[in-house]
Amino acid sequence: MAAPKLVLRDITMIYPARRGQAITAIDRLSLQVQEREIVSIVGPSGCGKSTLLRLVAGLIRPTSGEILLDGRRVEGPGADRGMVFQSYTLFPWLTVQGNVEFGLRIRGVGAEERREIARRYIELVGLVGFEHAYPKELSGGMMQRVAIARVLANDPEVLLMDEPFGALDAQTRSLMQELLLQVWEKTRKTILFVTHDIDEAIFLGDRVYVMTARPGRIKEEIPVSLPRPRTLEVTTAEPFMAIKRRVLSLIREEIGKQS
Amino acid sequence: MQGRRPGARGRFLRAMGEYLKPQEAIPGSLYRTIMLAGGLGALVVWGVLTYGGFVSSLFLPSPTDIVRTGIELYRDGSLIVHAKASTFVIFSGWAMAAALAVPLGILMGSFKVVEALIEPVVDFVRYLPVSALIPLLILYIGIGTAEKIAVIFIGTFFQLILLVADVSAHVSKDLLDAAYTLGASRAHVITRVLVPATLPGVMDNLRITMGWAWTYLVVAELVAADRGLGYLILDSMRGLFTDRIFVGLMVIGLLGFATDQFFKWLHRILLPWSPKV
Repeated sequence: MAAPKLVLRDITMIYPARRGQAITAIDRLSLQVQEREIVSIVGPSGCGKSTLLRLVAGLIRPTSGEILLDGRRVEGPGADRGMVFQSYTLFPWLTVQGNVEFGLRIRGVGAEERREIARRYIELVGLVGFEHAYPKELSGGMMQRVAIARVLANDPEVLLMDEPFGALDAQTRSLMQELLLQVWEKTRKTILFVTHDIDEAIFLGDRVYVMTARPGRIKEEIPVSLPRPRTLEVTTAEPFMAIKRRVLSLIREEIGKQS
Repeated sequence: MQGRRPGARGRFLRAMGEYLKPQEAIPGSLYRTIMLAGGLGALVVWGVLTYGGFVSSLFLPSPTDIVRTGIELYRDGSLIVHAKASTFVIFSGWAMAAALAVPLGILMGSFKVVEALIEPVVDFVRYLPVSALIPLLILYIGIGTAEKIAVIFIGTFFQLILLVADVSAHVSKDLLDAAYTLGASRAHVITRVLVPATLPGVMDNLRITMGWAWTYLVVAELVAADRGLGYLILDSMRGLFTDRIFVGLMVIGLLGFATDQFFKWLHRILLPWSPKV
């Protein structure tokens, strides 16, 4: 097997005490993501899933342990690890095109090339015709599509997704899941996807990591050997259901421990 | 008549039930009608009190008296002189306050170090009544136009800095983090994300503090003024020219209203993307 794309080794994250004792959000967690793989992370709320992504993004630093991307240690945020957030983070003063071009602009890519790249990714997420719209004119689903296009336009090594569809209604959410898989089929980006939605984790992932309740550790790694390309139909078939029952019982154990 | 009364009463009660729900929208036409009725009602009450001779014109001149005096003051040129002088004082004081308070406010809202440094001072000074500072201002900078501008400056600067700080403190952290993961440096995040993100709120607060600046006008022109709308009002008091006082008030109100509308228009033109537009 080739060297893994992303390695998290013995990550511990302790938030210093405000009053009383310090909080251990993540405790000696290790995982690996292969190139072109989609890896889902599920866990009970407050288990440190989002903290994990912010660590990989370099937005915060672990108390101990190391994160390696292509063998290089992550020291801070960078364009090689683009992140899509649950909250809407489009820049309201930029049009759809301006948002998608943001990273390219910062890197000093020329106007002509920027426009060409933006056009490609706007098309990829199905927003042709909305190039000059401002975020306030878009629906939640459309905003998240722009957020995905904006990250992809930067050509990152890894896509970090922190419950990106969590704020959307159920129908839009499943549409967005299918869209993400279509985008993945075309771009084959490595994706680390955090969610509390078990169906979403299995439907998207090649593997699902189930986390423990706080302090977050990897409780179990579950391979998802459903054939690709996947459509929503797989979610009603027995192999999917079997995996879902397994993940559900693991999560139930953790929730039981919490309460 | 007896037969119709319950019907009319019923309709009235139904309308009350329909339109007096808390926070419920009402039809636009009804809204405009009520608005007009409110304005006309005030005018009617004013007319009855003055033309009817219930109130002496010493206390409350009639609408026509005020219009006549207004035209008189306009014709002899003094009204324009007063309005120009006041507008200059207000815009100068406010512009200086804005030029300093906006950048400082953004820094204060974004960086805890700056907040810790200046918030205690600002919080203290903003509770000092501007009028109480006038003796000091006269001592420091004399009794000329500069002193009047300083009153407006002090009246708006300390409020504006806190309002802008609040705006920048509420810029979504995720917005900044998104920029970092798109490869933005800290300098980029500040200039290309933090500052533009504050613009709608800053614009709103510039408009609001401009309104406050107008309310400080009379205080500013309290001492050693020889022109200005505030001066016009204070000077008219000596001769009990109540009609002139009212002309001064009307012009202050109208200019304040006009600047407010101007700022709303500017907001739409400059920040078409703003969620507040």
